[in-house]
Amino acid sequence: MPNHREVSPESASPSNKFNLSKVELKEIAKKLRRHVITMTATAGSGHPGGSLSAADIITALYFKVLRHKPENPQWSDRDRFILSKGHAAPILYAALAETGYFPVAELATLRKLDSRLQGHADSKFTPGVEMSAGSLGMGLSFSIGIALAARLDAKTYRTYVLLSDGECEEGQTWEAALSAAHFKLDNLTAIVDYNGMQLSGWTRDIMNLEPFTGKWQAFGWHTTDIDGHDFDQILSACQGAEKIKGKPTVIVARTIKGKGVSFMENNVAFHGKAPTWEEAERALKELE
Amino acid sequence: MAEASTREIYGKTLVELGRQNKDIVVLDADLSPSTMTNFFAREFPERFFNCGLEEQNMIGIAAGLAVSGKTVFASTFVVFVVCRCFDQLRLYLSQPKLNVKIVATHGGITVGEDGSSHHAIEDLALCCALPGFTVVVPADAIEAAEAARVAASIHGPFYVRLSRPKTPIVYPEGYHFTLGKAVTMKQGTDATVIAVGVMVAKALEAADILARQGIDCRVINIHTLKPLDEAAIVKAASDTGAIVVAEEHLAQGGLGSRVAQTVAREKPVPMEFVNLGDKYALSGKADELLQRYGLTAERIEESVKSAVNRK
Repeated sequence: MPNHREVSPESASPSNKFNLSKVELKEIAKKLRRHVITMTATAGSGHPGGSLSAADIITALYFKVLRHKPENPQWSDRDRFILSKGHAAPILYAALAETGYFPVAELATLRKLDSRLQGHADSKFTPGVEMSAGSLGMGLSFSIGIALAARLDAKTYRTYVLLSDGECEEGQTWEAALSAAHFKLDNLTAIVDYNGMQLSGWTRDIMNLEPFTGKWQAFGWHTTDIDGHDFDQILSACQGAEKIKGKPTVIVARTIKGKGVSFMENNVAFHGKAPTWEEAERALKELE
Repeated sequence: MAEASTREIYGKTLVELGRQNKDIVVLDADLSPSTMTNFFAREFPERFFNCGLEEQNMIGIAAGLAVSGKTVFASTFVVFVVCRCFDQLRLYLSQPKLNVKIVATHGGITVGEDGSSHHAIEDLALCCALPGFTVVVPADAIEAAEAARVAASIHGPFYVRLSRPKTPIVYPEGYHFTLGKAVTMKQGTDATVIAVGVMVAKALEAADILARQGIDCRVINIHTLKPLDEAAIVKAASDTGAIVVAEEHLAQGGLGSRVAQTVAREKPVPMEFVNLGDKYALSGKADELLQRYGLTAERIEESVKSAVNRK
């Protein structure tokens, strides 16, 4: 069976060139969060809340878990990361810049005319972005195609896809959930950034998803529930997924929308609204 | 005229293509006995994925395979892929220009008895609206095979509409299809009928009737709606001074709209349109429906006369 390789949270991953320690990951996550604040404040629009909730997951992936070569984004053996919740593009861009896919200075161009950093993740323009997103519920399907291609080509790369909890209201997510299990894609790991909120409020009030983990289990997935801000848990869940055979894994990562900035945490106002400069300064101070 | 099935020859052509190119992967949404991708499934089971009744998911899977270097053919009925999955076609195929071929069967009202839920008569408007898509409607089985071969040979999103029933053969064996190059099926000087799909045979029939009345009618099969052979349209307008567009589609956004844009800009001449107007059809036999809804040689004949009278 392909796709089995060891990644220990504390030992050297063979191919993630950053391979940071937990302490370093925490610092990087803070830095990426600062980028999110500055980028969205500079752009005057964007989605800080769902970017901040995903910051630790994205940090763990790009600086520890993924086998990737920022200097060669098309490296055929790279692990694939697909951002299905495309509105969280700022945190992905921050990670791509800090790992070297493009200059950090370019982050200031987010959402500006002719920028490579489009409002939602767009594979046409940004090195390292595997697929466009922005219409929710599609990324898991795309990831299945990538994972099937790996099987057809006997490649050992793994495919990771980050979903939001809100986008699990989309029917297509569950079409994909059925088929990933049907095709026994053990080279696929889905991570749900379950921050409990969506555009206009709590998911439990708008369209209740619970029991959430049980749904994935019923669909035939291996499931792991974690605190999505705890690096030990994120890393060991990713590692655990690699050992599961014959079924895909979903990591249900409980997170806090706006995590890291006190006045943004669990504050739905910052789902799709950029901080003012005054707010940004306060936020950056908290993230020092 | 002899008849043959566009979908059957599609299924056979896919097998031929699969033998030539190991990167061809075929997806279907549990209609492979109807779309005839089952021939491919039988010969290349490892490269065939039945996605079940998950058309939107199928397009996502197609996109993932395509970025991984596969040439993907995705088939089901037209309604279920073009009408249901427009957002997926837009974000996942059109915008990144991925190498996915949507070859869908059961286009138009000739689906017949299944009724209006299954009559895909909006698809040409939808697909032509998508930047980067190539849109082809073969006029017969020979052209359908050619279209599938061409689709496999060029990079990018490609839509082919096929029919349910057998349709008249309008080409000789050995016909060579050139993408984006309209085919003059019959020369003529008094008017031009520009037709697509099953309406090409009807246009040829109309031209025969008109010839007996002394009207010399050109017939063009434009098979590729996008990119459109504007030169052939402008030449027809210049040479014949009257144009009739015939298609198995609603009035808005299909071939008629596209030809009219070109004619209006380059060479305004009287035009008439033979299509399904602005309404859905009923259940019935394919031939009965074509008759009922005016997709007939007689309606083309009347339209040609009307356009000629307005010159």
